[in-house]
Amino acid sequence: MSGVMKRMGMIFRAKANKALDRAEDPRETLDYSYQKQLELLQKVRRGVADVATSRKRLELQLNQLQSQSSKLEDQGRKALALGREDLAREALSRRAALQQQVTDLQTQHETLQGEEEKLTLAAQRLQAKVDAFRTKKETIKATYTAAQAQTRIGEAFSGISEEMGDVGLAVQRAEDKTAQLQARAGAIDELLASGALDDPTGMAKDDIAAELDRISGGTDVELELQRMKAELAGGTSQQAIGSEGGGTRQQAIEGGDASAQDQAQGSTRHKFDKQ
Amino acid sequence: MIVRIMGEGQWTLEDSHFDELNKLDDELLAEMETGDAEGFRRTLGALLDEVRRCGAPLADDALEPSELILPAPDATLDEVRAMLSDGGLIPG
Repeated sequence: MSGVMKRMGMIFRAKANKALDRAEDPRETLDYSYQKQLELLQKVRRGVADVATSRKRLELQLNQLQSQSSKLEDQGRKALALGREDLAREALSRRAALQQQVTDLQTQHETLQGEEEKLTLAAQRLQAKVDAFRTKKETIKATYTAAQAQTRIGEAFSGISEEMGDVGLAVQRAEDKTAQLQARAGAIDELLASGALDDPTGMAKDDIAAELDRISGGTDVELELQRMKAELAGGTSQQAIGSEGGGTRQQAIEGGDASAQDQAQGSTRHKFDKQ
Repeated sequence: MIVRIMGEGQWTLEDSHFDELNKLDDELLAEMETGDAEGFRRTLGALLDEVRRCGAPLADDALEPSELILPAPDATLDEVRAMLSDGGLIPG
């Protein structure tokens, strides 16, 4: 096939492809195409309106000419009734000229009417196509977006996309920062422990205080040990006395246990109060 | 195959009809090249009638690309010649 049909089809396709190739994102192409279709539809509608306006103008002119023609006919009839044949002839010849105009306008009117019907039909057809295209466009766009999202997810999982690279870098940065913070925290602990930094919480002590604590802590331990030893030794002899009666109170006092001592005194006081 | 008649719409045609249509189409092209306006008009009318007679009209809201495109019934030889010139059908 190499005739008009084929050549026109080829030109259409070549032009359409050229138009489509210009845009990279198919969604943009679809929107652009839809916009163009709407513009085209608008043009067609405007064309229909223009033709309709012209047709109406012609109708008005036709009406005017026809009323003028009737008027001339009446005038001719009157002139003839009054015996003025010359006037009647003039009126009729003018009417004949008008009739010629009327016939011309009627032909134009018919042509315009045909054109208007054709354009109206084209506009309706175009409207249906544009509506169908809009629906299809949205479906295609949604499918494309979904496909794109799927591709992105796939790429993200395999870690090949540029975006994933960015995420990887962000994670790396976060890890580095964490490590840095941990290292800094460790350093701060050390500095606080050494007394080089003041502890805002007041929990940490300088090295001198720490040493004093250590020494005094050690002294306490020694004292405690001695007291316990004395307690054990004294306890054994007091147990024998206590078993003979009234030893409980004495044991508590001599044991050096302040709370026990208080308890003992309290209980004694309590007994005295009762008495 | 889907054929569009510009300004009218689309028709679906069976491949078996293409022999006859091709003859008319070649004739049309020859008349266009020789500048036979009268013959062009007659052949174009016959070609379009054949498409309308053999084909089934496609719904207005169908979105199918046309494989073949025919000029509008009232297109003149000059108009079709202009369409087929380098400028093509769509400007730009």
